[in-house]
Amino acid sequence: MQLEAKKLSYRYGCYPWLFREVDFTLSPGEVVGLLGPSGSGKTTLCRILAGYVKPAEGRVLLGGKPITRKGYQPVQLVFQHPEKALNPRWRMRKVLKEAEVEDSILEALGIQSEWLSHFPGELSGGELQRFCVARALGKGTRFLIADEMTTMLDAITQAQIWNAVLNAQKQREMGIVVVSHEEKLVARLCDRVMRLSR
Amino acid sequence: MAILEVENLSVSFNQYKMFRSVKSKVISSLSIAVDEGEIVAVVGASGSGKSLLAQAILGILPPNATIDGIMLFRGETLTLARQKALRGREIAIIPQSVNSLDPLMRAGSHVRTSVTAGNASDLQKEVFKRYHLEEKVEKLYPFQLSGGMARRVLLASAMVSGAKVIIADEPTPGLDEQYVAEALQHLREFADNGCGVLLITHDIGAALKIADKIAVFYAGTTVEIASIENFRGDGEDLRHPFSKALWRALPENGFEPIPGSQPQPDKLPSGCLFAARCKKAAAACSAAFPEMRELRNGRVRCIHAT
Ligand code: SF4
Repeated sequence: MQLEAKKLSYRYGCYPWLFREVDFTLSPGEVVGLLGPSGSGKTTLCRILAGYVKPAEGRVLLGGKPITRKGYQPVQLVFQHPEKALNPRWRMRKVLKEAEVEDSILEALGIQSEWLSHFPGELSGGELQRFCVARALGKGTRFLIADEMTTMLDAITQAQIWNAVLNAQKQREMGIVVVSHEEKLVARLCDRVMRLSR
Repeated sequence: MAILEVENLSVSFNQYKMFRSVKSKVISSLSIAVDEGEIVAVVGASGSGKSLLAQAILGILPPNATIDGIMLFRGETLTLARQKALRGREIAIIPQSVNSLDPLMRAGSHVRTSVTAGNASDLQKEVFKRYHLEEKVEKLYPFQLSGGMARRVLLASAMVSGAKVIIADEPTPGLDEQYVAEALQHLREFADNGCGVLLITHDIGAALKIADKIAVFYAGTTVEIASIENFRGDGEDLRHPFSKALWRALPENGFEPIPGSQPQPDKLPSGCLFAARCKKAAAACSAAFPEMRELRNGRVRCIHAT
């Protein structure tokens, strides 16, 4: 099963095009870096690939079929700000519930069992992001879109999260898109790199 | 001479969790000093108390915080009244969030109101050029600015304030590489003019480019203060096990994580705060909170460091 973008173009209303006719294919087991200056549309492209935003032109296919956000989600998106991705009124246990995350992943991410009874407001950014990553690594995930996923984290937490992700990626042949402004991280993680220009 | 000194600072909060009052110690016995002409970078995990240190120095901690310890600006104690008088004049902050711009103030006047001496209008025009902000940006409101532009307005405001100390709290995320390099260079020039910079960042790479010293934070305290030359190779010149682990975890170094996570402020262990994750931990480590001590021209909070 591949994740394919065909001739994607995007702009807000009548503003200038953010990008035009972007073609992109992600195969199982592949880790691809997406680089580009700020304002080149990386985040929007990620949101389109994950099915959250409709492109102005072109389409996204998952295993040959159009992507939707209904039901089972094989394409998961994790972005920079975990506090914006979590319901403040849900305890962390509930956040993980639907995703069916294996215990080994929680452990590899350094998630402590006592954090499960906390609300998001009681945990630090690094702690919250581990939950967002765990949730995105549920059993059904085939593709992960990581948009500046570890940008605000310290190097140890970053290495810990990526090691956990890469282990799961190898075991299950997941495909990953890595968006980062940090070239050294991209060089460390990715098999190939795609560049967007402004 | 030290322009800013913090000695044995502790900050705790009383919070209500599940109907109980819980004491959270977010900063423990933290000591740090910034000399004239110096940039000290503060690096460490998120939730290690980096931003709270900035708030403590500026006197803008929330009212339920209890503070203990000494803070000095040019040798004089920073009382709340003095902090208020110095804030924005002698001590300026480059805040972490671009949301701290007043939504009803145009970019130009935001920078002009930050000027404390000299011709505000001239200085604003000059600093706009320096930060590649076009003239028309003066008239824009924060919601009309891109993230990168808003960030440059914040940098520009701190630079025209005439402050002697700048506290830069994660000043560069969202900026393109060229702007990051320039913003860091401007902080360096600012320090070279005899001022002091406390650069709070999670980005060791950025810190190494411009700082003189790095203070490594863990769970609300300084575990090591080292000159930047010590950050090389396999981390063999570093003193604290956490600093070594942080260095080796960089993608360009080993990218090796260590297991576990930083203890939460309401569940701090009694002895060394890093003990649960330290390979060298022994019984003595948990007996008492290690003192900061001098070692090989740096400082370290570890009883076994050599
Ligand atoms: S005091 Fe002990 S536990 Fe703490 S860092 Fe040093 S060796 Fe490790």
